[in-house]
Amino acid sequence: MPLDKNIKKVMVIGSGPIVIGQAAEFDYAGTQACRVLREDNIEIVLVNSNPATIMTDSNIAEKIYIEPLTVDTIKRIIEKERPDGILSGLGGQTGLTLSMKLARSGFLKEMNVKLLGSSPETIDKAEDRQLFKETMQIIGQPVIPSAIANDLDTCINAARNLGYPVVVRPAFTLGGTGGGIADTEEELIKIASAGLMLSPISQVLIEKSIKGWKEIEFEVMRDKVGNVLTICPMENFDPVGVHTGDSIVIAPTITLADKEYQMLRTASLDIVSSLGVEGGCNVQLALNPHSFEYAVIEVNPRVSRSSALASKATGYPIAKVATKIAIGYTLDEILNAVTGTTYAAFEPTLDYVAVKLPKWPFDKFVYANKSLGTQMKATGEVMSIAATFEEAILKAVRGAELGLTDLNLPRLQNKSDEKIKQSLSEEVTDQRLFVVYEAIKRGFSIDEIHNITKIDRWFLNGLLNIFKNPDKYLNNSNLVYKMVDTCGGEFEAKTPYFYSIQKGVENEALPFIEKSNKKRVIVLGSGPIRIGQGIEFDYACVHCVWTLKEMGYEVIVINNNPETVSTDFDTADRLYFEPLFIDDVMNIINIEKPFGVIVSFGGGTAIKLTKELAKRGVNILGTSAEGVDICEDRDRFDNLLEKLNIKRPKGFGIFTIEKALEVAETLGYPVVMRPSYVLGGQNMIIAHSKEDIEEYMAIILQNKQENPILIDKYLKGLEIEVDAICDGEDVLIPGIMEHIESSGVHSGDSISVYPAKNINEDLANKLFEITKNICLALNVHGLINIQYVLYNGEAFVIEVNPRASRTVPYLSKVTGVPMCELATKTSMGEKLKNLGYGTGIAPIPNHFTVKVPVFSFQKLTDLDTHLGPEMKSTGEVLGIGRDLEEALYKGLVSAGFNMKKDGGVILTVRDKDKESMLPVIKKFVKMNFKLYATKGTASFLFKNNIDVEVIEKIYQNKDNNISTLLETGKISYILSTSDDGRNPALDSAKIRRKASMLGVTCLTSVDTANALADSLMSGYNELNTEIVDTTKLKTAFTN
Amino acid sequence: MTAYLVLENGMIFEGKSFGASFDIIGEVVFATAMTGYLETLTDPSYYGQIIVQTFPLIGNYGVISEDFEYKNIAPKAYIVRYPCQDPSNFRSEGDLDTFLRKQNIVGLHGIDTRQLTKVIRENGVMNGIITTKNPAEVDLKPVKEYTIINALSAVSKNEKIIDGNGKRTVALMDFGAKKSIVDNLVSRDCTVHTFPYNATAEDILSINPMGVMLSNGPGDPSAKENDSIIETLQKLMSLGIPIFGICLGHQLLALANGYKTEKLKFGHRGSNQPVKDLSTGRVYITSQNHGYAVVNGGNSFINVNDKTCEGIDYGLSFSVQFHPEAHGGPLDTSFLFDRFMERVDKYAIR
Repeated sequence: MPLDKNIKKVMVIGSGPIVIGQAAEFDYAGTQACRVLREDNIEIVLVNSNPATIMTDSNIAEKIYIEPLTVDTIKRIIEKERPDGILSGLGGQTGLTLSMKLARSGFLKEMNVKLLGSSPETIDKAEDRQLFKETMQIIGQPVIPSAIANDLDTCINAARNLGYPVVVRPAFTLGGTGGGIADTEEELIKIASAGLMLSPISQVLIEKSIKGWKEIEFEVMRDKVGNVLTICPMENFDPVGVHTGDSIVIAPTITLADKEYQMLRTASLDIVSSLGVEGGCNVQLALNPHSFEYAVIEVNPRVSRSSALASKATGYPIAKVATKIAIGYTLDEILNAVTGTTYAAFEPTLDYVAVKLPKWPFDKFVYANKSLGTQMKATGEVMSIAATFEEAILKAVRGAELGLTDLNLPRLQNKSDEKIKQSLSEEVTDQRLFVVYEAIKRGFSIDEIHNITKIDRWFLNGLLNIFKNPDKYLNNSNLVYKMVDTCGGEFEAKTPYFYSIQKGVENEALPFIEKSNKKRVIVLGSGPIRIGQGIEFDYACVHCVWTLKEMGYEVIVINNNPETVSTDFDTADRLYFEPLFIDDVMNIINIEKPFGVIVSFGGGTAIKLTKELAKRGVNILGTSAEGVDICEDRDRFDNLLEKLNIKRPKGFGIFTIEKALEVAETLGYPVVMRPSYVLGGQNMIIAHSKEDIEEYMAIILQNKQENPILIDKYLKGLEIEVDAICDGEDVLIPGIMEHIESSGVHSGDSISVYPAKNINEDLANKLFEITKNICLALNVHGLINIQYVLYNGEAFVIEVNPRASRTVPYLSKVTGVPMCELATKTSMGEKLKNLGYGTGIAPIPNHFTVKVPVFSFQKLTDLDTHLGPEMKSTGEVLGIGRDLEEALYKGLVSAGFNMKKDGGVILTVRDKDKESMLPVIKKFVKMNFKLYATKGTASFLFKNNIDVEVIEKIYQNKDNNISTLLETGKISYILSTSDDGRNPALDSAKIRRKASMLGVTCLTSVDTANALADSLMSGYNELNTEIVDTTKLKTAFTN
Repeated sequence: MTAYLVLENGMIFEGKSFGASFDIIGEVVFATAMTGYLETLTDPSYYGQIIVQTFPLIGNYGVISEDFEYKNIAPKAYIVRYPCQDPSNFRSEGDLDTFLRKQNIVGLHGIDTRQLTKVIRENGVMNGIITTKNPAEVDLKPVKEYTIINALSAVSKNEKIIDGNGKRTVALMDFGAKKSIVDNLVSRDCTVHTFPYNATAEDILSINPMGVMLSNGPGDPSAKENDSIIETLQKLMSLGIPIFGICLGHQLLALANGYKTEKLKFGHRGSNQPVKDLSTGRVYITSQNHGYAVVNGGNSFINVNDKTCEGIDYGLSFSVQFHPEAHGGPLDTSFLFDRFMERVDKYAIR
């Protein structure tokens, strides 16, 4: 059954901003989907609020809406565009939930829009826990004993019946948000209350705990005629209890005999068939390690993080095939893109193993609760491919940018055996792998570790092998590259997708290199997604690759992030799925012998390899290693600015607490502190006192510091960000952005506004001049990102990064300047004046745009949501409007602000912010919000003739305080700027956490609160904003 | 100990020996399944062959005797990249190395198995020798001349066996039958009488069977030595007894019905082979292990990839090239045993 000819125009819904549980994998899936639709000449209407995606590029779809992913907005787009169908299964949980809301309300039917892929009934059966359980019972598939509860009493009764421990799983939440394991009734009450609150349908599942069982996953594909097969079986290193997104995963399953394997495979096929899924579906199962007893955990009737992993682990493009199925094809009609001769109706077979290692944000969030459970906390992941688990896990660790080259975690070395044993039996944390390895090193027996952790002995023996032969697995002799071909070598593959193995004979990359007759360029990718390095850098890399290909180069990508477009096997001419670690990169350079390497698009991951590469004689394309080094070397950079007569906040580099205190006294508090070579403001604070410095230094010195800690005078003022492109002679600034929040809030966490409204022409010219001077002095070829603070009317440079930044994708889209393309061309020696976009500051378009950060606070419990110099956001959205207020309104809606125009506002403002907050509070008064304030804030407001209800802090009154007020649901916003510091034991931090868990919008900066107030007052709502097709945005460079 | 695989074309692969260690010649074939190595090792269809596993980690779940398909290891030798020394599974009875040693089967590990697989893919199936001697001095003449002969007499059980106690009496012609074929029939209320490969039609008819099952097995179906079997099948066909053939059984039944068979370049050996049911359009993933195929015969099933014959329906009798009994491999086509039962019952009523 070929293509459904009635489908001529299809809406694709993306997954929105990157949050924990929903990352770059959906850009990869969505982009693949669009390509497939294009092959069949289907017109695409794309909707996604995330501007940092490839899928929102103008060459991917005919119509692109970077608009809020809300029912109201999507309805308006459907009314305008009238698509024939809507793809529900490629935009993660966000896309699926939205599609279901539209279908349930009857809107799709009314508009004659077909839900492509699985039917609403199927999705309901898979997503609604009760319906799912009933379906499983009908087909005789065992589920874990459980009960559904819509209130706390039912939860408690259910748990008593099932027996503790029990697992709490809220319905319809992302990445298991709000779930957890309760060992006691007390814990249950805590977890279940939050879970009920977070579930959009106030429903949780109370489930018997099967902790210690093996966790197995199958990616299943089914078409409309009922052909059904599995793409990839995966086994979790950590047994049931740790969210699969937080678990080390190996593909294929490794400890299952064929009998167990086929039992679970058949179960997966039966489940997916009984649900009637059309497309990709993920099935999670638990297997008792001592018998054939198993239970179905859950299914996801859509492409997912696991399907991206399975696609990259096998070479089988799940999103592509799922899209083909959604528009009518059957599996035997779809060609296997890897072989080009066989069909998608087969099961990939691997002749290697793939290992996934999650990347957690705890290196930045030192106070966050690091325990791993049913709620996912990882921001990203790396995958590695090798012939053995031992090689693969070491590759994964090298590539995860933990500062480790093996499994020895230095901070565990000094712990006693007793402590290590305790760590094994206590909660699982991000250090699990290293604690287990340390235990093996200390001579704990495999049986003992297994008995405590329930990690299968097979994995433990693998770690023991590494310990026994540490050199064997790190030895690069006879290292060869093999191909991922979906079929274990049975058929000839055409896709040059490689990984290295030790002790090989045949190097399959060589014939490709030998027959290449173009100049070769290697582009280094950006590694795992983490806070500070998001999808923006994959966007930049992919554009760099495309441009180089157009320019006639043969392009080679090295990257290890399975979620991305850059690791799609048809993005570059050759893909090496390898760690971005100097030795691994050099091995590839040694066989590829490229003309040069591009390091400036892959974020911090890529650029930090510059020095080592240059040392080994590798040609760095674009800005030279020398230029990069000047930006990173504090003294050299200071000298340069001094020479150029450019101002920067005064500062010093230090190594000890004593010196830090001395320098701070000299500079005067507050000061900004951070280590050299920072990423996303990693471990960066504003110290207001001696105590802050002491606390900070104690934490930072836990890890050996090879480079000095930097202390700068903190200057508070308007923060300005400039991305520029330089060809060594001329400079083009596509746009100057300003931040709503003044300096002190990390640029990645600030709301960024373009065009800047507080920068006049004189200042703009001044900024251009400084930028140009810096570019020329550093001999920049390509992109540079400079952050300024405006202090007493003067621009001070606070940061210079000679590489692509996180604002590049959005700025490219709203200015019409293809920044990555120009940067790639200038990196390769072309001149700006010949590229058609001019030099100087690019003309300002008529529309206004606002980039709003998005946080994942609901997943990271115990993390203070207060914003500071250390970046906390995981993603971003874009608002585009005819004026700033409209853009801001749309941006805030997209970012998940509830934008309620009534209800209560809680005010708890620290002394130094009170004056500046006053005008903002007056705006809320004007809008008739009911105000509540803590004592200090209230007395200040009384003095200013503003009436508020006084509320007490938690410690002041146990029964009637801010916390209990929040729970009443009467509160729309909370403005909380009280108390600095990273210690979340603080009362105000507790309140902010509570608000975050309850979904109450919490503002921690006066500037953000002011922007919100303005936006609320502007009169915009979701029905009167202009919905903008960005392919038709008017800029100086479009018609 | 260093050991070598020398192919008949002179290509040498250096690895290490495990299991038993002596010089051995066989036909080198690759198998692509990621699980089921025990079922593979004990599948009599591999008689006379040296198996290369494409998945590099073999032996992870140890040796589990209840999963064996046959009383002993059928192939001549076993090549894996990394045999697991510390298997882990609740049913594991020991490791692969010890098992091969006990069964006196030669093992070779540590070679570039993917390279070897590609050589076979490009050149077609080749003979080879595993040796611990200087590979440069290997005499290739006997390697080149090696053919698998008298395979059926080697693997067929030379005795009458009765399994199960069901209402349906089924005769199984044992060409090297996998245990799972018997298990599938017994679980469907059959009494299974196993006959040796050279049983005559009269022998079989003596039990008054309601159906005849033709098993899998090794070797070239068109070999002269199989002529008498083909005659027997022709007789059984003419009596209108429902026959169900699997793998070699399928090929022999096809030969009995006038079809021809041919040798494939490198065969189908794995558990991911897609076949299409021509009557419904449905595709099933199947377990396969064969080096020969029926020429142009597929009227019920064909291979999705290379379109070769995967099944023939003769009306009452039918046969498939793949393995619906699975073990190892997918259970997706076990419904074919139900189909056989339907036909057996239909015949019984008539």
